Amino acid sequence: MGSWRVYPAVAAGAFRRYATYRAATAAGVFTNTVFGLILVYTYLALWEARPGLGGYDQAQAVTYVWLGQALLAMLAVQGGGFETELMERIRTGEIAVDLYRPVDLQLWWLANDVGRAVFQLLGRGVVPFLFGALFFPAALPGEAAVWGAFLVSLLLAVLVSFAIRYLFALSVFWLLDGQGVAQAVMVTGVFCSGMTLPLNAFPGGLGEVVRALPWAAQLQVPADVLMGETAVPAAYLFQAAWAVALLAAGRLVQSAATRRVVVQGG
Amino acid sequence: MRWPSRAAEGVRAYRLIAGMWIRSTMTYRASFALTVCGNLVLTGLDFVAILLMFSQVDALGGWTLPEVALLYGLSVTAFGIAHLAFGSMASLGGRVRDGSFDTLLVRPAPVLAQVAADRFALRRLGRGVQGAGVLGWALVAADVDWTVAKVLLVPLTLVCGAVIFGSLFVAGGAFQFLAQDAAEVQNAFTYGGTTLLQYPPTVFGRDLVRGVTFVLPLAFVNWVPAAHLLGRPYPLGLPDGAAFAAPLVALVCAVPAGAVWRIGLRSYRSTGS
Amino acid sequence: MADAFIELDRIEKVFEVRRKTGFLKRERRRVRAVDSLSFRVERGEMVGYIGPNGAGKSTTVKMLTGILTPSAGRLRVAGIDPSRERTRLAHRMGVVFGQRTTLWWDLPLIDSYKLMHRMYRIPDARYRENLDRLVELLGLGELLDVPVRQLSLGQRMRGDIAAALLHDPEVLYLDEPTIGLDVISKTRVREFLRQLNTERATTVLLTTHDLQDIEQLCSRVMVIDHGRLVYDGALAGLHEVGESERTLVVDLERELPPIDAPAPARVVRVEGPRQWLAFPASESAAGLVARIAARYPLVDLSVREPDIEAVIAKMLRGTGDVPEPPPDRDASPVTEPS
Repeated sequence: MGSWRVYPAVAAGAFRRYATYRAATAAGVFTNTVFGLILVYTYLALWEARPGLGGYDQAQAVTYVWLGQALLAMLAVQGGGFETELMERIRTGEIAVDLYRPVDLQLWWLANDVGRAVFQLLGRGVVPFLFGALFFPAALPGEAAVWGAFLVSLLLAVLVSFAIRYLFALSVFWLLDGQGVAQAVMVTGVFCSGMTLPLNAFPGGLGEVVRALPWAAQLQVPADVLMGETAVPAAYLFQAAWAVALLAAGRLVQSAATRRVVVQGG
Repeated sequence: MRWPSRAAEGVRAYRLIAGMWIRSTMTYRASFALTVCGNLVLTGLDFVAILLMFSQVDALGGWTLPEVALLYGLSVTAFGIAHLAFGSMASLGGRVRDGSFDTLLVRPAPVLAQVAADRFALRRLGRGVQGAGVLGWALVAADVDWTVAKVLLVPLTLVCGAVIFGSLFVAGGAFQFLAQDAAEVQNAFTYGGTTLLQYPPTVFGRDLVRGVTFVLPLAFVNWVPAAHLLGRPYPLGLPDGAAFAAPLVALVCAVPAGAVWRIGLRSYRSTGS
Repeated sequence: MADAFIELDRIEKVFEVRRKTGFLKRERRRVRAVDSLSFRVERGEMVGYIGPNGAGKSTTVKMLTGILTPSAGRLRVAGIDPSRERTRLAHRMGVVFGQRTTLWWDLPLIDSYKLMHRMYRIPDARYRENLDRLVELLGLGELLDVPVRQLSLGQRMRGDIAAALLHDPEVLYLDEPTIGLDVISKTRVREFLRQLNTERATTVLLTTHDLQDIEQLCSRVMVIDHGRLVYDGALAGLHEVGESERTLVVDLERELPPIDAPAPARVVRVEGPRQWLAFPASESAAGLVARIAARYPLVDLSVREPDIEAVIAKMLRGTGDVPEPPPDRDASPVTEPS
């Protein structure tokens, strides 16, 4: 195991790498804002036809939209985080080199993804969120403690998001093609995270299922923490349980994959 | 070269290059089949979201499910055609950045055709097919008082809608000559546009509808013609035959898009970046 | 004077570069990539076009091929203004970008040729004749049905050269055609280019870092630096001007003090038992080798050809950097070809 200091350095490196793409970041902010606008209007119509849907009032539904646009890039809901690079390394076999490095593979990529996530939150998340809060009704808490609780929930969301994509990426060891996997990341991410519709508003049995899946820990739970729609300890427990379970599963799959690489001789 | 022969040259080059990409794709048949299915599912999720909304309400902005499905079908099918034909414009910035754009400029074929056909992806058919499926159902399920003119309006609208979206893709490509990393701005107009049009105009603010009708006339992709088909008043009170003005609107989009493309290309050739 | 095939008259290319100078501040700067460049190339000439990275080489080639528009000056290739009639010129020129294949990666080599056939509207009979000839000369026979991604670098380069010649271009631009190739492939490519030039009188403009390419192929070399033509003439002359040196790499049995070599040869580097000796490129290595072998415990020897960048660097230093252009220069080359 390498020195622990390597991981903050990796995270800082990832942060800086994303920070160099200024034009891309600006373009992303613009796109997120436009999509936010479209969704806000449809949600307003939906909540007007069905007040209190999913336990939200109109202001909460609108806040949910802007939160989703703010976190979309940070949580790589549609993919496009570290996993693209990891899958490519697995596909080309370069991963064998990584396995002999004196750093922990999972932690290394986690640090990388955390660096990216922090940048995306600041670079791409803040502006659309402020735009939404300024020009549309918003349901934001006044107490700092709630914002603090929200940030912790966000951190857990980053862990879960990483763990999900890590598992998807490792599947390339067996599937050998990353394109289908990237699509699967996108489909599940967009649908099960509640990017199109809050999971609270999903009907009946389907709703119960998606609200229990790990993707719920990404957007739905932090949103509910921020808007006071859930008990904070229960929310943390839900997120942490999925984070631990998925990260552990990632470890198991990783060691199986490592054995496979070693057996194949790289 | 005069305009018609240049256009014919472009179509010819497009077909040649797209054909090569299709054959390249077919060397990985399994992967192709998988990505087509993935594309169907992925693009279909938008409609699933609409279905989920209608599981909670009977109407959205006063429009019923078959009516919204009609909007969705027209928007997604037109977008699907444009995306299939011009979706590759989005990767122009990457080609400029890595220098491979220059290899297109030494060939005896219009550059726009070469860029549009570059990495032609047949898997994008998934979106159009899925949209056409929803459209088919909506045309049967929605309450339309069919006349000959209304029947003809459907294919006319699809073609013009595809031209309108195609113009957006071309203009977006030209924009990347200026800002190679800003390909995502184009998404706000293309993907953003098709998403916007999936919902009834009554849902949106009046200014937004005005902008989408008169400034960037996306409304002619489906809002205006669908209002005519369904016999609903259009929120802005357009004149009667407005739905049939789509070809004119398409032309009004395509001509500036072509001009913007030429300006972009000229600026590339004088600055090299 | 008869019209030259390629003709540049005071061609300029100015770029505007935006540089970051602070968090949000950008500085605009005009960079003269090509500065009042004039030269002529006759039909059927094979010319080496060299210079350090960033000297303006590729900018020149991009203007010649119609990719970029010159900022000022007059440019004609085969009587055509490349930037105005890009597609007309495309039918008459071939371009090979050394490190960027234009072949279809996943398809058999022959498929790329079939595309050229149709894109360039090559008449069937001529296409078949050209293909047969190129396949034979470049040894592509067994490779036609192999997907391009499975070809070696050398095979791919040969494939790319054939693709650029199917439509019988009158001029061929080659950008680093031998980069990364093994010795056999290099020889084969050079052999082919020589034949092409002599038998079909194709005009060839070659940019390269490999001095041997020039030595074996080009009777004329043009050197560009800071966007200006600083040398135009025979390669031998360049060696003289640049006082170029070859390097003898000597592996001794053990570490020894620097070899006592007869001037002008001298040791330039010592690393353990290995020593590097520089000597004039115009002299044979034989005398030097014999002398060292007689007095030192030799294990191995090799001779390195002078690096093009080094030759140019020396030349520029020797002539006091970039020469000022004569006040009223006409379109003729700086130095008459010898």
